[in-house]
Amino acid sequence: MSDPTYEHHEYDVLIIGAGGAGLRAAIEAKQRGLSVGIITKSLLGKAHTVMAEGGMAAAMGNVYPEDNWMVHFRDTMRGGKYLNNYRMAELHAKESPQRVWELEQWGALFDRTKDGKILQRDFGGHRFARLAHVGDRTGLELIRTLQQKVVSMGTDVFMECKVLQLVHDAEGRIAGCVGYWRATGEFVTFQAKTVILATGGVGKSWKFTSNSWEGTGDGHAMALWAGAKLIDMECIQFHPTGMVWPLSVRGLLVTESVRGDGGVLRNSLGERFMFNYVPDMFRAETADSEEEGDKWYDDHSAGRRPPELLPRDEVARAINSEVKAGRGSPHGGVFLDIASRRTPEFIRRRLPSMYHQFMELAGVDITREAMEIGPTCHYIMGGVQVDADTEETVVPGLFAAGEVAGGMHGANRLGGNSLSDLVVFGRRAGLGAADYIAAGNAATSFNQDEVDAAIKEALAPLERTEGENPYTVHHELQEMMQADVGIIRNAVELEEASNKLDEFTERIKHVAVKGGRAYNPGWNLATDLPAMMTVCRATTIGATLRKESRGGHTREDFPNPDPELGKINFAQSSDGGHWDSPITVEESPILILPPELKALLEEAH
Amino acid sequence: MADVTMRVWRGDASGGVFEDFVLEQNDGEVVLDVIHRIQATDAPDLACRWNCKAGKCGSCSAEVNGKPRLMCMTRMDTLPSGPVTVAPMKTFPIIRDLVTDVSFNFVQAAKVPALMPPPMPEGGYRMFQEDVERGQEFRKCIECFMCQDVCHVIRDHEDNKQHYAGPRFFIRYAELEMHPLDQNDRRDFIREEAGLGYCNITKCCTEVCPEHIKITDNAIIPLKERIVDAHYDPVAWLGRKIRRKPKTSAEAADVQPAP
Repeated sequence: MSDPTYEHHEYDVLIIGAGGAGLRAAIEAKQRGLSVGIITKSLLGKAHTVMAEGGMAAAMGNVYPEDNWMVHFRDTMRGGKYLNNYRMAELHAKESPQRVWELEQWGALFDRTKDGKILQRDFGGHRFARLAHVGDRTGLELIRTLQQKVVSMGTDVFMECKVLQLVHDAEGRIAGCVGYWRATGEFVTFQAKTVILATGGVGKSWKFTSNSWEGTGDGHAMALWAGAKLIDMECIQFHPTGMVWPLSVRGLLVTESVRGDGGVLRNSLGERFMFNYVPDMFRAETADSEEEGDKWYDDHSAGRRPPELLPRDEVARAINSEVKAGRGSPHGGVFLDIASRRTPEFIRRRLPSMYHQFMELAGVDITREAMEIGPTCHYIMGGVQVDADTEETVVPGLFAAGEVAGGMHGANRLGGNSLSDLVVFGRRAGLGAADYIAAGNAATSFNQDEVDAAIKEALAPLERTEGENPYTVHHELQEMMQADVGIIRNAVELEEASNKLDEFTERIKHVAVKGGRAYNPGWNLATDLPAMMTVCRATTIGATLRKESRGGHTREDFPNPDPELGKINFAQSSDGGHWDSPITVEESPILILPPELKALLEEAH
Repeated sequence: MADVTMRVWRGDASGGVFEDFVLEQNDGEVVLDVIHRIQATDAPDLACRWNCKAGKCGSCSAEVNGKPRLMCMTRMDTLPSGPVTVAPMKTFPIIRDLVTDVSFNFVQAAKVPALMPPPMPEGGYRMFQEDVERGQEFRKCIECFMCQDVCHVIRDHEDNKQHYAGPRFFIRYAELEMHPLDQNDRRDFIREEAGLGYCNITKCCTEVCPEHIKITDNAIIPLKERIVDAHYDPVAWLGRKIRRKPKTSAEAADVQPAP
């Protein structure tokens, strides 16, 4: 079966990625009595989930009893500009309260209401205060709780292991993967009945991003190479509030909770400019004066929500326009002001890590001064196309959950819907994998040729004596994607991007790496570049084809949504399965809502 | 701005040396930015860990000018002029350059007897803010392991790692012991297996904590008091002998069915 040259492991369920989705999937599969292995590129507990700040959305109704899953479903679909897989949005809205409560059984300590329930906070696009949270470090609470649960169950976790490629059996079913240990550079194979991808996002292909080095789209790319389909790859969320100064921290996230807790956006003239950018779709539910908006914070029935709390795509575009019109801040952003609106005590209690982050990195005291912020590449709505109920892809035995999966968030994700997405669909992927195994469909062989090819390719940069530094190629790729496939796109730049991607493909084939295989970041980056290239290609193709503006995809040459394009996802497949293979695209019709759910969308706000 | 000399430890388990890199300084940079620039130019194989670059994940711990710091939160302009030395954490075995083998901490994590809550009532548990706040302080921990690095019980005595959990896990035990829902009892375990008695409260851990958790005052001292009460009070000792069986293993504590 396996080549004895490499270390080899076997599991029922192999999970790639140890963020919220991967850990939650592991708990479920383990509870079903299966053997589970988790692989992570970093140490356990460091995944990008820790960066989530504001909270996890769940219609528990603890603060506003009138909240329920139907309102949450509606908000999610409207936020996603109806491009969502409605079934995922429905399951997410229905199941997230249970997923939050179960975290408390495993040790999570959320902030409380006066009567001892889980406190919920306001966020953009959510009609009611809905985000369970712990100050502004909710992601840390989520990952630590799941990590501690996984460890207490005795699950095998393989840390600092980079997966290069998925491996099939002779019938084309998923049979495992091949990777290497970062500490030693030695290769390792994992054979499994099912593989769950939970690899997170892709932001590291853009220059200004809130994502860590891990966000290289490994799961997106490996799924595509293995025969799965990617949808909505053009839909990328630029979070409206990233730090803009100092330059070295540009892109670092500033939580939406600042706005949820009363912070407002101002331009260089001191104007709350968001009032000028309320789209028709949200006009009826948005305040039209500062006075009305301010009343809303204390009592949602006293006024409509302020426009600073529109969905993220709207706010990011507005900031972009203000800066372009010459009304930006000194370092090319706008001002986010909570200092003039809340007491220092309130700010330090509600936003401790933001206080800390600005004080230490920018020398700015946010209880006294406004922050300078601007859009930053944050999240990809697009991803691997899955069955909503089981998270299975079209490749037998391959599942995907969390940011790597597409469909749930449509064209734009609401803040707070990501942490709940992780646990709702992480759990479902664990169940889906268990059911797949129970049905007796699992792989029966392990394609050693795929392993050999992946290893040969991974070693090539070390064997070249001459060639480009992978860091140079990466930096230039980021610059290009930021400039040509950034927050605002057009046909000319997209075509330019497409041509440049051909050049980058050639350059990646000729990178050379100094040093050995043991903990060599240069080599690690060289092995991340093929996945990044695939993601950049897929995003550029999707952005070129979607000749409209919708959610996280904005075309200045097609500024409005096109109702016909709103009925399809662009589904991309690899024609060849290699990172430089051509990508083919088909129009995949979005699921038609049943009448009872459609009626929810049409209800008055 | 003036150039800066970065004196970075390079090597592996077999030994190493400090290597100098002279770079231009940019406005507002942190130590990790400069390390990244060295990687991108002179030394692409310079090993260091990092993830979030925002002080939230605790990956980039190193000893900067001899003191444990998060490289991502240490502004270059706060350091004294002259060469900046960057070395790996001393308490853990070297893998390469600035990367150490921190698996000691994951071994300790696996020993922790889990939370044991009562069954969850419909609509979730009720807990009050003032009761969860004590545990929340300890749950701010980002597992940078700098408290473990400076703790002289293990920094200077490798043998003690066999029977000493260290400050990171003392706050974990304190959190569980103070958890409003917990019904487990770890007092014997903390004394016998986690080696709380080895700590002689020099507060080195508290001083380096980037989250400003009051490790010594709010976790270690209350834990010590709790254990002393349980262990050395003759009435409590007798009661314990008569009444209960200690539940100390993770498996024994893991009794909650999936909801």
